[in-house]
Amino acid sequence: MTLTPTRQAILPDRLTNSTLTSFLRSVPSVDEVAVAERVASLSTRSIKRESKAHALRMAISMMDLTTLEGMDTPGKVIQMSSKAVRPDPTDPSIPSVAAVCVYPAMVPYARQAVEGTGVKVASVATYFPSGQVDIGLKVEETRQVVEAGADEIDMVINRGAFLSGDYFRVFDEIVRVKEACGDAHLKVILETGELQTLDNVRRASVLAMAAGADFIKTSTGKVSPAATLPATLVMLEAIRDFWAATGVKVGMKPAGGIRTAKDAIRYLVVLNETLGEEWMSPDWFRIGASSLLNDVLMQIRWLETGRYQSADYFTKD
Amino acid sequence: MSRVDVRKTYKLYIGGEFPRSESGRSYPALDARGRVVARVAQASRKDLRDAVRHARNAQASWAARSGYNRGQILYRVAEMIEDRFETFVSQVQVTDPDRRRARREVTEAIDTIVWYAGWADKFAQIYGNLNPVAGPFFNISAPEPTGVVGIVAPQDSALLGLVSRLSAVLVSGNTAVVIASESRPMPAVTLAEVLATSDVPPGVVNILTGHTDELIPWLADHMDVNAIDAAGATPEQRRRIQEGAVHNVKRVVLDGEFGDRSPYVIAAFTETKTVWHPKGL
Amino acid sequence: MEPQTTENTEVASRKADVLAPRIEWEYVPSRESTDIVEIADRYDLFIGGEFRKPKSGKYFPTVDPATEETLAEVAEAGPDDVDAAVAAARAAFEDGWGRMPGSERAKYIFRIARMIQERSRELAVLETLDGGKPIKESRDVDLPQVAANFFYYAGWADKLEYAFPGFRPEPLGVAGQVIPWNFPLLMLAWKVAPALATGNTVVLKPAETTPLTALVFAEITAEAGLPPGVFNVVTGAGETGAAVVGHPDVDKVAFTGSTEVGKLIQSQVAGTRKRLTLELGGKAAHVIFDDAPIDQAIEGVVNGIFFNQGHVCCAGSRLFVQENIHDLFVDKLKARLATLRVGDPLDKNTDVGAINSRQQLEKIRQLVEAGVEEGAEIYQPQCELPDRGYWFVPTLFTGVSQSHRIAQEEIFGPVLSIMSFRTPAEAVEKANNTPYGLSAGVWTSKGSRILWMADRMKAGVVWANTYNKFDPASPFGGYKESGFGREGGRHGLLNYVKHAGGRP
Repeated sequence: MTLTPTRQAILPDRLTNSTLTSFLRSVPSVDEVAVAERVASLSTRSIKRESKAHALRMAISMMDLTTLEGMDTPGKVIQMSSKAVRPDPTDPSIPSVAAVCVYPAMVPYARQAVEGTGVKVASVATYFPSGQVDIGLKVEETRQVVEAGADEIDMVINRGAFLSGDYFRVFDEIVRVKEACGDAHLKVILETGELQTLDNVRRASVLAMAAGADFIKTSTGKVSPAATLPATLVMLEAIRDFWAATGVKVGMKPAGGIRTAKDAIRYLVVLNETLGEEWMSPDWFRIGASSLLNDVLMQIRWLETGRYQSADYFTKD
Repeated sequence: MSRVDVRKTYKLYIGGEFPRSESGRSYPALDARGRVVARVAQASRKDLRDAVRHARNAQASWAARSGYNRGQILYRVAEMIEDRFETFVSQVQVTDPDRRRARREVTEAIDTIVWYAGWADKFAQIYGNLNPVAGPFFNISAPEPTGVVGIVAPQDSALLGLVSRLSAVLVSGNTAVVIASESRPMPAVTLAEVLATSDVPPGVVNILTGHTDELIPWLADHMDVNAIDAAGATPEQRRRIQEGAVHNVKRVVLDGEFGDRSPYVIAAFTETKTVWHPKGL
Repeated sequence: MEPQTTENTEVASRKADVLAPRIEWEYVPSRESTDIVEIADRYDLFIGGEFRKPKSGKYFPTVDPATEETLAEVAEAGPDDVDAAVAAARAAFEDGWGRMPGSERAKYIFRIARMIQERSRELAVLETLDGGKPIKESRDVDLPQVAANFFYYAGWADKLEYAFPGFRPEPLGVAGQVIPWNFPLLMLAWKVAPALATGNTVVLKPAETTPLTALVFAEITAEAGLPPGVFNVVTGAGETGAAVVGHPDVDKVAFTGSTEVGKLIQSQVAGTRKRLTLELGGKAAHVIFDDAPIDQAIEGVVNGIFFNQGHVCCAGSRLFVQENIHDLFVDKLKARLATLRVGDPLDKNTDVGAINSRQQLEKIRQLVEAGVEEGAEIYQPQCELPDRGYWFVPTLFTGVSQSHRIAQEEIFGPVLSIMSFRTPAEAVEKANNTPYGLSAGVWTSKGSRILWMADRMKAGVVWANTYNKFDPASPFGGYKESGFGREGGRHGLLNYVKHAGGRP
């Protein structure tokens, strides 16, 4: 295993499942009720008009515009990519999204569609969403996807191994996928809806960061609940403490279930209050979403015109 | 020329909706002199089955609400009945023409709901307690709702009888499948319309009109009904309920045990849960 | 995560950055509109169901502590006015309120609860204007709780026979109630709702710095059709309060406020047949064990001491942190303090509002100076305060000893004294080492330890892995010099009833 020296600083000297288990037990526990109260209180923060317009544009620039369906086709991916590059054809001031996120087979089409635009191609890998195959196949798939032109890899952790207490396997798989990524950025999906407890979320966050995650991500979007504010807050706190302990910055990506501009702003508020301005950029924060974009565009238009908007006036790709 | 009035269709209330019986049947509701005043839906065993399914689906989230919230919702029901006061009076009068008695029945019904509404965040303070066990243990007992409760509504007191049995069941977090008074079904249907507009979540109360003899055996034997209030059942029907209850050990509450307003009716549809926890370092 | 030491100085400097996030970017002031409130120039006394001019002819100003501007003039009730109010309350009691069926009394109180819900935003804004508390709190905590208290006690009015086995409850008569300025309307609700539910009539004396919401509440009782005289308000300062407490025709005195005044009231009532309940000061211990859910404990501590600017009798003003996590905890706490927004109480994003009065601000300053003089280490985050109004920056003291004044005296402001402990027994000993006993807090992941601690803490309320939680169903009140009697829950009824015909 190769680990970057600073990340390793928090880990036990000799890595076995047993040392890793005791290390994870030292991760602080999380009280679910208090977390819920905290996010509820942050959700009452209200933002002035001009700042909201700024925040909504920022939200677009942080978006991983996603399609992950069995029925995805090159045509769908190309259309979505075009929307990603220019979300609102009538308003050139609207930024491009950060990335398009697609299944491995769709990577070449996405690559071609966004080439030269600055929009990144992200692909899910490691036999998303379940990840129920041998690690060899996961590594192989990751290599192929990177070769096909993905800039970013969204992998899933081995939840079965995590829930059965085989933390070493979870850790090792992340390390090996990270190796396979080469220069591509690795986002590690914890699937918080399956981990269920916030204690698990916090431990899995630490495990993923120590193993080499560039980003930690809440969900595949295929499990309910997907992203939630409490899970996001706990992950952000884990990122903050990891940064304090190792000096390594890790990014955050809530994904799934974020459908309205109001939701997006709530996530940004929690981000801002927990990690501050340093993280308020697409380099460190992404929002994974398929249907959020148009709602954000509608809110921007409403702020500009003072008229509530109709979906008829926004392109659907 | 006088205006031709628009008449109401009396339907069932299942899962927050107002379907006719899946059987397509109805039966005549008669006034005190035996004249047909309306036709009401005649529920089938399948309607009952659907009602139980909705009651089950709604139960956990109804129980998970705070007592304060359930209390406010019941209070809202009282507000809405007060708002339709004259409608209820006239429907009670269909079978009991004495206007004063009908008015009393409706005011009593409203006040009874308000009375039970107040219990929602209090009955656990009466039935719950700290048990002074020997040893370093924290030990509390608290009531929890039994689950899905079937109510055979009183036959004579079509509104007051129904709301007093129903309120006692709902207040702790049970959901209900009601078999309304067979001979006096109209106030029950109007009550359903009140419930549907009073923030009572769909499925929490389901009201069936029809023949009690036809429906009671299915209710009594249903494996997903946890308790039955047999207030309106005939002696034969009670016996049938008690026999059916055996299959899944239903709790059966018979009429007359507690009266119209009693916290002991609430208690009858709860389970006491005791929690032990050590106290130590 | 485990605190990790590292040799890397670059890491250490980044750590300081990350622990103190900047928050300038978005929360430009978002001020709650005050259009919803109409404040009259002058308010009279509410006696016998109507507003009456004070016989004294005297009025005093009530001030917005965030701007120091006068909001209105309020009548100062003299002994004659108090006499009239008590007479009105007595008449209403005898005329039927005391004998009215509980179910009918209940319906009045339910009405009041509903009307409070309907006017909740107006009342929240007024509470914030008059008292300085953040609108976020008056809107999301005070007002919902006020309505909930009336709902809760309305439901008891016709169920008193079930409240206490073997006890045949009867109302006491006229209740004289004196309430503080920290939760003006909520303290009114805590006192008035159970008093009315049990069939008593009320003469209420609100605090002189925060009388306005009580006067709007008086208006609500009139609109609700509450019989005249059942609820009366006499505004004024300490002398008015003393007149209420000392009035010979008052059957029951209920007071919330400082221990100092509470003792005066106790001596004033001594030798009479008046029933008395006191809810007085506190110096609550907030104990953090090393296995606590640490980030939530930070929030709990912040909420415990900075909620309502620390103007909370049950505020967690003494923090005891297990020594092995003391430094980490204090670092995290300091970082969190930097994100608190202090300022305009009407700004929806404000976390800490204005200090209630100049007098209270002076008191806080004096005690903080004493803390510095006695050698404790002070920490205050940088924050810009408005030019006018009464403000105090959220403050931490580390290196505090039990013998320091800031560890003993109630500051009643946003000031936290931090101490450490080594063992649970030591935590208990220090926590109980105070004349007060209102509340306490414990944070640990171990349930049995929570209960072990709760058994030993001499406090009327113990919060575990949470803090400053209130509910109408939950009794509240103190041990020792924090007073006696409980408000809230079934227990709260007992202060307002006597057994029919003597002993139970």
